[in-house]
Amino acid sequence: MSGASIQFDGATVRYPGAGHAAVENVSFEAAPGELVVLLGPSGCGKSTLLRTVNRLVELQGGSVAVDGHDVAGVDAVELRRSIGYAIQAVGLFAHMSVAENIAVVPSLLGWPPQEIAARVDELLATVGLDPARYRSRRPRALSGGEAQRVGVARAIAARPRALLMDEPFGAVDALVRSTLQRELVRIVRELRTTTLFVTHDFDEALKLADRIVVMRAGSVEQVATPDELLARPATAYVRELVHAGDAVYRSYYVHVRETLR
Amino acid sequence: MSYAFAHLGRIAVLAAAHVEVVAAALAVAMAIAVPLGIYAARRPHLAGWVLGILGALYTIPSLALLAVLVQLFGLGFAPIFVALVAYAQFMLARNVVAGINGVDPAQVDAARGLGMSARQILTRVEFPQALPVVIGGVRIAAIAAIAIATLGGYVGGSGLGVLIFNGLTLHQPEMIVAGSLAASALAVTVDGLLRIVERQVRT
Repeated sequence: MSGASIQFDGATVRYPGAGHAAVENVSFEAAPGELVVLLGPSGCGKSTLLRTVNRLVELQGGSVAVDGHDVAGVDAVELRRSIGYAIQAVGLFAHMSVAENIAVVPSLLGWPPQEIAARVDELLATVGLDPARYRSRRPRALSGGEAQRVGVARAIAARPRALLMDEPFGAVDALVRSTLQRELVRIVRELRTTTLFVTHDFDEALKLADRIVVMRAGSVEQVATPDELLARPATAYVRELVHAGDAVYRSYYVHVRETLR
Repeated sequence: MSYAFAHLGRIAVLAAAHVEVVAAALAVAMAIAVPLGIYAARRPHLAGWVLGILGALYTIPSLALLAVLVQLFGLGFAPIFVALVAYAQFMLARNVVAGINGVDPAQVDAARGLGMSARQILTRVEFPQALPVVIGGVRIAAIAAIAIATLGGYVGGSGLGVLIFNGLTLHQPEMIVAGSLAASALAVTVDGLLRIVERQVRT
């Protein structure tokens, strides 16, 4: 199975009463299987843009298409079930076990119980948690890193062809974060799921991304591979962001990326 | 105490009637407060108004309210039943609103993002998590209702209040004590049982 394409065409979001648009005329395409990072400071519209893909936020202008189908023409609930979703606060359901949390989307889709149970164990193993130990735990008995692993497992449970991640590793400590980043790259490569990943952390963007979309005040500054971004920043803002001209910094990231792949 | 021991059967019958009116009133009150609370929880402005009005209703002295209700419904089961439903509204609706609004927003966002419908979010995420708070409201409302229901004896209803008011009329302190102790014992028991339920449903 391969990932879906995600195509933004002039995507614009305005919140009532706000001075400028939260997202202004954004166009780019994530190719099937690509991991695209939306990078920018808080308030730049990257989360809003992400949330237009599964229609948690509706566009006021332009369009978003998944596999060529405009999401505006698809039932929002069905659309969301077909797209993985993971967020910084994780949002594991506190009254359900780890297994029940992971099983949410397969259950909503009406998978047979034996298939769901097998899938839950498979997913726990995929995210590095021993199924026998973790399956029946409650979310409050998990560490931050474990909870986020379960959050990722829940997001990919029904084998979505597109995955939306909103700063999923923003709240875990640095050591756990780099492990999770490494594992995410592996998982996404294996699944070939098209992934949009929001972060404000340039370091994280460089480690994970096939391509980076740099955003600022609702608009796109540059869309480029990490190497291109480091070598040829398009605007003064991006230049500052990437510490352009700092050869040591650049060679460090070339090294980091090599060790990740 | 000799009165109580000599009339255990009568006390049991009156206690059963007491439980009956309280349970019936709470059931009807829940049927109103749960949908009302859920509706209001999503509309903060409305919730303020609804809880304000129910709160005002709650402050009306029970004898005064019963006097009005007797004018409307006559003596018997009805006035005390209606009074209990009205008083319970405040505590029940308030806790439904608090319970729903207390659900972690990240869980609601995740539920939406994963593709639950509005109804599924309510029944599978919000209500199960609000349940301990809702049951806490039922517990407080039940204790208050058991106390207020003793006034049923004054307006021609049944229940343990009959012993208290008959005792007052007949100058029989033992009857008053028997009625009061039985009502208190009932309140303590119900409180204990609902505390257990509350703990069971807590995650």
